[in-house]
Amino acid sequence: MEFFLKLGQVGQHLPMLMRASVVNLELLGALLVIGFLIGTLVALLQVYGGRVLSTGASVYEWVFRSIPALVLLFLFYYGPSHFGLDIQSFLAASLALGFRSSAYQSQIFRGAIQAIPSGQMMAARALGMSKLSAIRHVILPQAFRLAIPGWSNEYSSVVKDTTLAYAVTLNEIMRYAKTIMDRQYDLAMATFIVVALVFLVFTYSGNALLGLVERRFRIPGLQMPGATGAVL
Amino acid sequence: MREGTMDALLLVEDIHKRYGKEEVLKGVSFQLQKGETKVIIGPSGTGKSTLLRCINRLTEPDRGRVWLEGVEVTSRKVDINRIRAQIGFVFQDFNLFTHLAALDNVRLGPMRVLGMRRDQATKLAREELARVGLAGKEDAFPAQLSGGQQQRVSIARALAMNPKLILFDEPTSALDPELIGEVLEVMIQLAKDGMTMIVVTHEMGFARSVADEIIFMEKGVIVEQGPPAQLFSAPRHPRTAEFLSKITELYGETEG
Ligand SMILES: Nc1ncnc2c1ncn2[C@@H]1O[C@H](COP(=O)(O)OP(=O)(O)OP(=O)(O)O)[C@@H](O)[C@H]1O
Ligand SMILES: [Mg+2]
Repeated sequence: MEFFLKLGQVGQHLPMLMRASVVNLELLGALLVIGFLIGTLVALLQVYGGRVLSTGASVYEWVFRSIPALVLLFLFYYGPSHFGLDIQSFLAASLALGFRSSAYQSQIFRGAIQAIPSGQMMAARALGMSKLSAIRHVILPQAFRLAIPGWSNEYSSVVKDTTLAYAVTLNEIMRYAKTIMDRQYDLAMATFIVVALVFLVFTYSGNALLGLVERRFRIPGLQMPGATGAVL
Repeated sequence: MREGTMDALLLVEDIHKRYGKEEVLKGVSFQLQKGETKVIIGPSGTGKSTLLRCINRLTEPDRGRVWLEGVEVTSRKVDINRIRAQIGFVFQDFNLFTHLAALDNVRLGPMRVLGMRRDQATKLAREELARVGLAGKEDAFPAQLSGGQQQRVSIARALAMNPKLILFDEPTSALDPELIGEVLEVMIQLAKDGMTMIVVTHEMGFARSVADEIIFMEKGVIVEQGPPAQLFSAPRHPRTAEFLSKITELYGETEG
């Protein structure tokens, strides 16, 4: 009974919590875009880049997959100040988590690219298409389709990572929840239950959306390996 | 040495290719006139596919030269994509673009390589699909087509580029026996229409009836070449006779 009373008290903070959660969504969007673009590039370099470029891409991937997310956040937020640069927390978090995600996304895309029979690249080149044109019109459209299940996983993982940005003073939901807790400790439990619910919704809707995209772009007649429906 | 060969559409001269220690092609030369159909036969691992791929440099030859209508394909200065656009290639396992319907498979090249307008390319693709007997299958995806239909789409894809010649690498070897005929029929019609073709195949019926000349290759060299009648009835080389009798026994003489 007392607990529900507290939930009620959290209710007054709800508009602010929701507003803070929008910051998480913005960070999520930024890091996914950064991760997608760089991840695609890294995967392409690894597969088609020749020795030097593919090694470079692999080193990049290794670095950003090895360093803990929090350490990356601190490096990107506090690091630049050593050089007299003031970096905003949103930018630092987007870059740190975006680069990190790009390393994971590159693995997903590389696997997808390599799953495409190599004869298709050869057929495209035999038509006179340049390597870039073949990548754009033949390889990537298929790779992105194949990557959706893996990408869905990555989404579920980074959506939660956005809360880590509270450590670099970004006013996202976790930071706001912590402020509530610091002021009224007895509300902590109820507050974090609300935060948890928010992420259940984020994860569910993101995966559901990706499931829709996957079905929308499914290639007729083709059994996609590892295809999934919308899963939590 | 090029006098008297200037009229050749394709000139292949002393092609060498090595993979590691193994020299797969040990100096292969031949020429092809416009409208001619040449069939290449030979045991597995002899370098037939490698030879075809050296012609449009999908594989870079180590040595030797190739000319297409007097333009040196193997020159470093040549824009190889422009050359490839003029040489059709039909693969054993079709290599259709999985994510594209038949129509898109066929019009991709004209649009992206030749810069053709979409409506023009669409019209052309429909015509080429009809030419290989696939009118009505424009919207079918590769996974919805039989092997024979897929191979015909891939022939239409090559035709849509209006190539000067088409290279076929065992176009019926991946097909169930009952589907071979429909593909051979299309190829026979192409030959009749005057298309210039090089065909690697084990289909002796096709070779006998369609080829202007047969090249028998073994271990990276041309052992013997000549008109089918001569090769089949009076082979000069004992290996040719041996191979022909074995292959006829193995594959029979099916024909479209
Ligand atoms: N990319 C490659 N790397 C290494 N070796 C290769 C490569 N391609 C072909 N070879 C080798 O070269 C030899 C000739 O191969 P090729 O495919 O040209 O023969 P083929 O006459 O077409 O045989 P088949 O009738 O089986 O198709 C084979 O021994 C093959 O293993
Ligand atoms: Mg072969």
